[in-house]
Amino acid sequence: MKDPMFSDAHLQKLDALRKRYPKSKPLVLPALWMAQEQFGWISPEVMKYVAGLLDLPVSHVYGVVTFYTMFNTKPVGKYHVQVCTNVSCMLRGGDRLLAETCSRLKIRPGETTGDERITVTGVECLGSCGTAPAVQINDDYHENLSPEKLETLLNELR
Amino acid sequence: MEEFSEKLILPDITDLHRIEVYEKNGGYSALRKALRMKPEEVVDEVKKSNLRGRGGACFPTGFKWTFMPKESDKPKYLCANGDESEPGTFKDRQIFEFNPHLFIEGALIAAYAMGIAVVYTYVRGEYAKWIDLLQRAVDDAYRKGYIGDKILGSAFSTEFTVHKGAGAYICGEESALMNSLEGERGYPRVKPPFPAQNGLWGCPTTINNIETLANVPHIISRGWEWFSKIGDSKQPGTILFGISGHVKKPGVYELPTGTLLTDIIHKHAGGVPGNKKIKAVIPGGSSTKWIRGENIEGVRMDADSLKAAGSSIGTGGIIVMDEDTDLVAVITRIAHFYHHESCGQCTPCREGCGWLEKILKRFSAGEATEGDLDLLLDVANNIEGNTICALGDAAAWPVQSFVGLFRDELERRVKKTPAPPAYVPPPHLVTSRS
Ligand SMILES: Cc1cc2nc3c(=O)[nH]c(=O)nc-3n(C[C@H](O)[C@H](O)[C@H](O)COP(=O)(O)O)c2cc1C
Ligand code: SF4
Ligand code: FES
Repeated sequence: MKDPMFSDAHLQKLDALRKRYPKSKPLVLPALWMAQEQFGWISPEVMKYVAGLLDLPVSHVYGVVTFYTMFNTKPVGKYHVQVCTNVSCMLRGGDRLLAETCSRLKIRPGETTGDERITVTGVECLGSCGTAPAVQINDDYHENLSPEKLETLLNELR
Repeated sequence: MEEFSEKLILPDITDLHRIEVYEKNGGYSALRKALRMKPEEVVDEVKKSNLRGRGGACFPTGFKWTFMPKESDKPKYLCANGDESEPGTFKDRQIFEFNPHLFIEGALIAAYAMGIAVVYTYVRGEYAKWIDLLQRAVDDAYRKGYIGDKILGSAFSTEFTVHKGAGAYICGEESALMNSLEGERGYPRVKPPFPAQNGLWGCPTTINNIETLANVPHIISRGWEWFSKIGDSKQPGTILFGISGHVKKPGVYELPTGTLLTDIIHKHAGGVPGNKKIKAVIPGGSSTKWIRGENIEGVRMDADSLKAAGSSIGTGGIIVMDEDTDLVAVITRIAHFYHHESCGQCTPCREGCGWLEKILKRFSAGEATEGDLDLLLDVANNIEGNTICALGDAAAWPVQSFVGLFRDELERRVKKTPAPPAYVPPPHLVTSRS
């Protein structure tokens, strides 16, 4: 893999953000978000790059990345399907949604389809309990789903 | 109690999220008014209104603001808490989407009242869409001179930054939120020192929930007396009640405090599908204690009434379970959540949450033994009150209440040691005489 390097847009955005905080350490989450957006996941090389940009030890960046659930420390499919399995969704079929989606795609939760198109993960409450069951695909929420509706949705995403 | 049907936080006004529409409906006039008052007067107004925090702990907001030092040689900070990760809670997101300026205006008034020049709003990472909506509103407010240098020609200036979390329930806890904002892992801090003395980067800091701050403009424009008469007098105002689970019309309903729980379930949320009986209700998000279905009659949604019912108002996130629900599966799922979200700093929480989940899984699978019931309660009791932050309590409370209220459900899952088979003599021993 080539050495990672932020796009000019990201570098500018990061520079603008520097004025917003008294130190550079608080930029670690914003920088990691930019990294995930640009590279898809946070590899060890990316951690090193972000650490260098913010003048932080790599071990610190590693500690932050692994503390949070939303940073992917391994590659994910083009579509990251995150199915809520917490209580309100469970009461409305969230468990079945995860199980059936996985069996249709012939993968287990946390795995990616062979064509690297879809990763399915079970996640905690998405704050969509009133429109349960809920699924987050990349940045977008999809609500009031059934296994059938989710299948249609996934077929439409190409 | 007086009937109050006005919606303060989420009124039915089309496109209220747009700054022009917000202004046309009186928006930012409370900020104008506050800027003509002395900061102490603003704090006093909020204090007298009796507004209490909507983030879960119900702490009196004006009182919290008085903890901030008036004079400080260090910068002071306001953190608006939009982490919203408590299962069953989905209300702050409505504010970001439908009335972001009300929250922004409230935060600006709070900043003015406490002499704060930097506001951070921390929003959970999953809310990418709502972060964009909020950011757009913030940009508009900057453009119109409500945020920035010398706001509306006054001597007051403040910056407003939206910070995106990255998936961790614990970052909603105020000290974990500050660590996360500082670029650390989101570990809660030992208190004291409290944030008002030693918050962000060691400076005086106040943390308030999004909905809490959204109440402030109304208090300033219409006065503390008016506000203090809405709903329950000890905890006045409206609350964005989120109701989910087995109801026909789940969603967010803005109603005065003290509204009957049964009214929210039946009148507003349309009752239970198939008119089934209610077996259990969680009244204020997953960390609050459960109430048995038979006991919800007469319970009002305010701090005192829920306390009397053995629970608390929490975030106002109501979860309804009908008679066919496998309650043991639900409490096991909740225990899994807290185990997953424990940051691992303190032993009673880290180990205890693991045990709660493990023991409950045994009940779920019908593999529990007689002693597991007492063990379960014992573990929960040993977590409560023995941890750095309230996540430990949040994990213990639902389990404690479950054992008290639904002992029968658990006992039914205890594995019966099969009785030794009766002795049947093999055929060759059976004689005609026996
Ligand atoms: C584990 C845990 C999670 C919390 N999550 C949130 C949250 O998502 N949003 C929130 O406003 N408060 C949350 N709180 C409460 C905050 O610590 C804090 O009390 C609150 O933000 C203060 O705001 P208020 O006084 O306006 O209610 C949480 C507390 C704990 C212990
Ligand atoms: S109580 Fe739990 S979440 Fe809170 S600091 Fe201790 S281990 Fe972390
Ligand atoms: S429980 Fe699924 S979104 Fe809240």
